[in-house]
Amino acid sequence: MERAEQHGHIVSYLTFVKVWLVLLFLTAMLVVAGTIFHPTLSVPALLTLTPLKAGLVFYYFMHLKYEKPFLKAAVFVALALLTVFIALIFLDISYR
Amino acid sequence: MTSAAQNASVSSYLDAGDRRGFPAWILSTDHKRIGILYLASLAVLFFVAVAIGVLMRVEQLSVNPPPFAPATYNAFFTVHGVIMIFMFVLPGLPSVFGNFFLPILIGARDVAFPRLNLMSWYFYIAGALIAVAALFTGNGPPDTGWTFYAPYSLRSGTNVTLAVFAAFVLGFSSILTGINFITTIHRLRAPGMTWHRMPLFAWSLYGTAWIQVLVTPIIGITLLLVVAERVFGVGVFDPAKGGDPILYQHLFWIYSHPAVYIMILPAMGAITEIIPTFAHRTIFGYRAIAYSSIAIAALGSLVWGHHMFTSGMGELANTVFSLLTFIVAVPSAIKVFNWTSTLYKGSIELKPPMLFALTFIFLFSIGGLTGLMQGALNVNTHLHDTYFIVGHFHYVMFGGTGMGFLAALLYWFPKMFGKMYNEKMAAIAWVPIFIGFNMLYFTMLILGMMGMPRRYFTHLPQYHTGHVIASIGAFILASGLLLFFANLAIALIKGKKVAQNPWGGVTLEWLIPTPPPRDNFEEIPTIDDRPYVFNPEAAQ
Amino acid sequence: MSSSTHASHEAHKDYEGSKLGMWLFLFTEILLFGGLFLLYSAYRAKYPFDFHNGGQHLNTFIGVLNTVILLTSSLTVAIAISAIQKGNRRLTLLCLSATIVFGLLFLVDKYIEWSAEIGHGIYPNGPELLKLPDGEKIFYGLYYCMTGLHGLHVIAGIIVLSIMLAFVRSGKITSTDFNKLENAGLYWHLVDVIWIFLLPLLYLSA
Repeated sequence: MERAEQHGHIVSYLTFVKVWLVLLFLTAMLVVAGTIFHPTLSVPALLTLTPLKAGLVFYYFMHLKYEKPFLKAAVFVALALLTVFIALIFLDISYR
Repeated sequence: MTSAAQNASVSSYLDAGDRRGFPAWILSTDHKRIGILYLASLAVLFFVAVAIGVLMRVEQLSVNPPPFAPATYNAFFTVHGVIMIFMFVLPGLPSVFGNFFLPILIGARDVAFPRLNLMSWYFYIAGALIAVAALFTGNGPPDTGWTFYAPYSLRSGTNVTLAVFAAFVLGFSSILTGINFITTIHRLRAPGMTWHRMPLFAWSLYGTAWIQVLVTPIIGITLLLVVAERVFGVGVFDPAKGGDPILYQHLFWIYSHPAVYIMILPAMGAITEIIPTFAHRTIFGYRAIAYSSIAIAALGSLVWGHHMFTSGMGELANTVFSLLTFIVAVPSAIKVFNWTSTLYKGSIELKPPMLFALTFIFLFSIGGLTGLMQGALNVNTHLHDTYFIVGHFHYVMFGGTGMGFLAALLYWFPKMFGKMYNEKMAAIAWVPIFIGFNMLYFTMLILGMMGMPRRYFTHLPQYHTGHVIASIGAFILASGLLLFFANLAIALIKGKKVAQNPWGGVTLEWLIPTPPPRDNFEEIPTIDDRPYVFNPEAAQ
Repeated sequence: MSSSTHASHEAHKDYEGSKLGMWLFLFTEILLFGGLFLLYSAYRAKYPFDFHNGGQHLNTFIGVLNTVILLTSSLTVAIAISAIQKGNRRLTLLCLSATIVFGLLFLVDKYIEWSAEIGHGIYPNGPELLKLPDGEKIFYGLYYCMTGLHGLHVIAGIIVLSIMLAFVRSGKITSTDFNKLENAGLYWHLVDVIWIFLLPLLYLSA
């Protein structure tokens, strides 16, 4: 299964369509959350739904689910690094 | 293992292939030729920047009146910094020695993406040409310092846009090299060469490559935004439009601090190759050196705020960055202990590469210690933007990476060109280099403590003696460099043919013909042992 | 002169290595846009009210429409790759073409959106922009930079995908040699991911 023809795991069309539907649904939820001007609700909603959508694209559309652990770790490191940069900057601007 | 006689009959990468002349070099995807292309271009730019540095020291020799106008001096230190940092220190070791030797050290025929490799050199040349254009067109070279701080960089009438765009283009060269090296190390190691059997130069290039890939884009976007502000008036850093100039500094240093680890890690790696060879002992603490390379890359990404202690950051941020800065010194220190321990009870041969390697350890340690001093908040308040900082970074960038580059050049020159330089001359050149270097930069440490500000075209009387000493040191240093490179240039033209393994090294590059054949190995070797194994019974 | 047994190494292709190289390049794109996201978060913390107002004035409908367009284009390019792996060349060509069409649609929407705002004088150094409070000036500055840079990447993606389309047609990409297409797909997905983040930040800023 790992070596279909020459290489690469083949993801079924149905899986892709299912993921696409979930993404559309999450987008709809996002729009609803975003148009309610209530910081306590909408910002956490945005901060969780958006990475979830991105995660689905990474995992299924970009095949990350079927890749080696090293690649998954590398993606994590890149995103974590960006997060750490933002966090350290907030250490400055929030407490000036 | 080929003998000297067989050595002579195998054609090398220097011999003509299916192309001749100029195109054979600038269209070649052979990693060795690309390394040479980088070496040639780098050497030219290096001496241009050295010349500008010398002119800066000429300026400070005379106060009444100074030889050059203040605006000219501003352009001097800006261009000196831009060329040295973006076109010499950053690409130096990875693009010359990494390109030439990484595949050979891991038992491969080339890097993972040879055409991308050539493209990275094209980006380098393009960036260099754009930088040269910035010098001679429009309102002349930039005067902002190589750091291009907002808001002045947004308003200066000089060629900031062009210069900044040059740096942006050069960034692509760095990124492509990083992508190539990571993939090469992951995919092209010879059979049996596990991660822990890789030479340590390769480990250092691995750590460096991750920094190149992950943080160079940050300077990319920052410079693009400066261009967007100057050309379209976007206003992201401009206080007049609600922008925060400190955010510019954050973004700038998020790249430029890890950048110094791009500069130093490969130099440390080269030193790690040289010391075992001339101490005839295996390296002490292989894993410590390997992992500390990765640790430096990781931790070094978190300390950038120490360039901004006096800029207006909050106190909490200041404290956190200071603490992180102290922590990042640890893995570097670990390496120094490992090199020293390797020397201990070794059979030391003080050949020129070793001489410069030991110099590296000494000068880099001074640089590192002065860095620690600057990491302390109260001390930093006094020293920021003084000559102390200038002295510090020259100790690490020049005394560190620069000496590492010279040491690597002396070590690998015979391998690359099949000729030997005059070893005595190399050692003699060391004298003015070492003396001039310390006269110039140690004096700067003192001047800085006395309060001499940096980037000033002139100085108050109490600093004059120091400046004269420093300038004389600079002239001595420059002559030493000329002597050093003249020696190598003469060797290129009429140096004696050298044996396959003149230093008795035990890593893979010494086991193939000198100079290496086009495809490096007759047969890809199978590795069955860790590196740096010196057999005391075997003859040299 | 050198041993001729090594001509074979020229033909050797490393599928995993090629994919790794592509992912590393994607990391550089993540960090490139990351710098803009960093600035956005810093300035939003500084000007929360102005950023909210700025978001209100943008055309949420076009933003959401573009999101749906890109998400669907990710679907089609993903299907195209599975299709070529299964040897279904027709479906590959169909889905690749659809992806390109979606990309072009995105650009058309973007053009309409930008024209509207520029027409209202809201652009860097534009007359209406300069009348706005500082935070909104920054908001629109970031808006143009982020969507502009993203738009450039969409254009690049369309060009790359078109070249892949030509390769599939000419047989350079086959069911056993398709990693160029896969890499192009990865690039396109990242363009989609970036937009996934841009949508809430710019159009739905509550």
